[in-house]
Amino acid sequence: PNAPPARWQRKAKESGAPGPSPAAGMSPMKPANRSHSSSKTPSRTPGKSGSKIQSTPTKAGGDRYIPNRSTMQMDMANFLLTKENDPAEESPTKKEQQKAWAVNLNGFDIEEAKILRLSGKPQNAPEGYQNNLKVLYSQKMTPGSSRKNGRYIPSMPDRILDAPEIRNDYYLNLIDWSSQNFLAVALDNSVYLWNHTSGEIIQLLQMEHPDDYVSSVSWIKEGNYLAVGTSNAEVQLWDIQQQKRLRNMTSHSSRVGSLSWNSYILSSGARTGHIHHHDVRVAEHHVATLAGHTQEVCGLKWSLDGRYLASGGNDNLVNIWPCTQGDSGDFSPVQTFTQHQGAVKAVAWCPWQSNVLATGGGTSDRHIRIWNVCSGSCLSAVDAHSQVCSILWSTNYKEFISGHGFAQNQLVVWKYPTMAKVTELRGHTARVLNLTMSPDGVTVASAAADETLRLWRCFEMDPIKKKEKEKANSAKSSIIHQGIR
Amino acid sequence: QQGATVRGRAEIVAEFFSYGINSILYQRGIYPPETFTRVQKYGLTLLVTTDPELKNYLNNVVEQMKEWLYKCTVQRLVVVISSIENGEVLERWQFDIECDKAAKDDSAPREKSQKAIQDEIRSVIRQITATVTFLPLLETACAFDLLIYTDKDLAVPEKWEESGPQFIANSEEVRLRSFTTTIHKVNSSVAYKKDSFP
Repeated sequence: PNAPPARWQRKAKESGAPGPSPAAGMSPMKPANRSHSSSKTPSRTPGKSGSKIQSTPTKAGGDRYIPNRSTMQMDMANFLLTKENDPAEESPTKKEQQKAWAVNLNGFDIEEAKILRLSGKPQNAPEGYQNNLKVLYSQKMTPGSSRKNGRYIPSMPDRILDAPEIRNDYYLNLIDWSSQNFLAVALDNSVYLWNHTSGEIIQLLQMEHPDDYVSSVSWIKEGNYLAVGTSNAEVQLWDIQQQKRLRNMTSHSSRVGSLSWNSYILSSGARTGHIHHHDVRVAEHHVATLAGHTQEVCGLKWSLDGRYLASGGNDNLVNIWPCTQGDSGDFSPVQTFTQHQGAVKAVAWCPWQSNVLATGGGTSDRHIRIWNVCSGSCLSAVDAHSQVCSILWSTNYKEFISGHGFAQNQLVVWKYPTMAKVTELRGHTARVLNLTMSPDGVTVASAAADETLRLWRCFEMDPIKKKEKEKANSAKSSIIHQGIR
Repeated sequence: QQGATVRGRAEIVAEFFSYGINSILYQRGIYPPETFTRVQKYGLTLLVTTDPELKNYLNNVVEQMKEWLYKCTVQRLVVVISSIENGEVLERWQFDIECDKAAKDDSAPREKSQKAIQDEIRSVIRQITATVTFLPLLETACAFDLLIYTDKDLAVPEKWEESGPQFIANSEEVRLRSFTTTIHKVNSSVAYKKDSFP
């Protein structure tokens, strides 16, 4: 009953919409032919897709996550699984059940009770205090830093690509950019590869069953293999050169929304809250299970030195896992951070300071936090006033960039460690879902619910500084050369 | 440490109300966020008020709740949120308490572990936090009120007064999870003014 409508039904509903045509003539990721100022196809309402909550179709006995509950609780349970996603047209309450609840709530005879209150009411909030939750609803721009940082960052994207049918689901990780300059994009049940160098687009795969969809993609460091997580709990491994599937690793029991590589170990996070380590070289791939979350694992990132794995879940927790088991043979987190008041999907390791991690919270939290995972202390926290879907650190500047949802759907570049705003990049007409970075560290790609991918050249190196950096890098390698001799 | 006695369980429930009310006041923006501080409880980071007058008021209510919970004479706790300007009730958080009156014996321990109870409480607190994603914005400055439904024949303690129920005129309701200490079962729900939704 909760299954999303079939594609042909959706298309029939959205009739008369110009833009990319349905399946047969689909050309995703073609540069969108539009002026930068106008929004996408006017007949569609950006943000509200009109489709129901995209939940995993339940298989009898196959999905362990939904426990046995009275029907009264199903709405709340469903809501909790999807609290970062827009509520569907059916609000959390249903008309028929509402009546029953009203009876239940006021069920006992009020005549039989006495209502008391403690006199001497506490004072109200000071005059002029404005409920800060307004930021969740207002269209007004939050005042940004007006200080010029001395570097020009174009406010318009370099490129806008069409991403039709991209799933508007906060919990998924649908884009990744390889070291070989291929941008992988999951559009519902297909994965497309966009060669940034040549502009060529390939459809890598399409899932067999129309109700299944791709829930995560992740490139191996070398860029020759792509890991794909699916709604039917599979973790697939694809060879890009041959465009062939090498492996299909099934060990999860629910959709796999997050993936992260550490050399030949592929870690996957699922809706049950479990994380699996897969050794992709061997037949018995499932080599470890990490149980630290009670709800969907939506953020998952190995540190650059491979010592720690950071995971964020819909249970608002952040766990830091060591790369080796403890004495008991089990993995337990070396840190658990509980400060976020919302789901944590944005998880990113600082490239120039080891043990420093940035995390971002969902709608009820809206904060970005910086941690030292060794000491466990929170180095910094800033209110971003909006759902945080992703954070990426720059390799060219001491900065990081965050992606956001309602109301501005913007990307924000922050200076570290001052946490001052460098700039805000606007343009998306619906919430940003994912961010990924080009191998040269210059361009950030954002995928959003407005069915576009925008490429922003926000970390362009100054040509003089670039030469210095290259010189420094080559100097390093020549020293190594001499050592070997 | 809270024991498995009736008194111990009453304390657990009273404590839940203390943290739950603080969470509601923070999440709904009734008081400025900078007047709250973070504490660790139930394996979560929770926000509690630092405002001395507010703290005092809440402590008085919670202390009285402990007594009533122990004696099983309390039926419901309600957090009413209303507009300061016109007194209109905009939101109503209701916590129904089912008490096992038979369990009056102080020395009889109950079978449920404290950890199990804490896990359930944690789920309810998380739900309270998550509700901000669908509850309508409280546009005007709001005040809160705490109503306790007690047994009819209970003697009204000093400093307490009788009150009306302060219902919402036209409301939507959402039921949250419940938790039980085996002596008390607490059912939580929130009702909000229907028209507030655009």
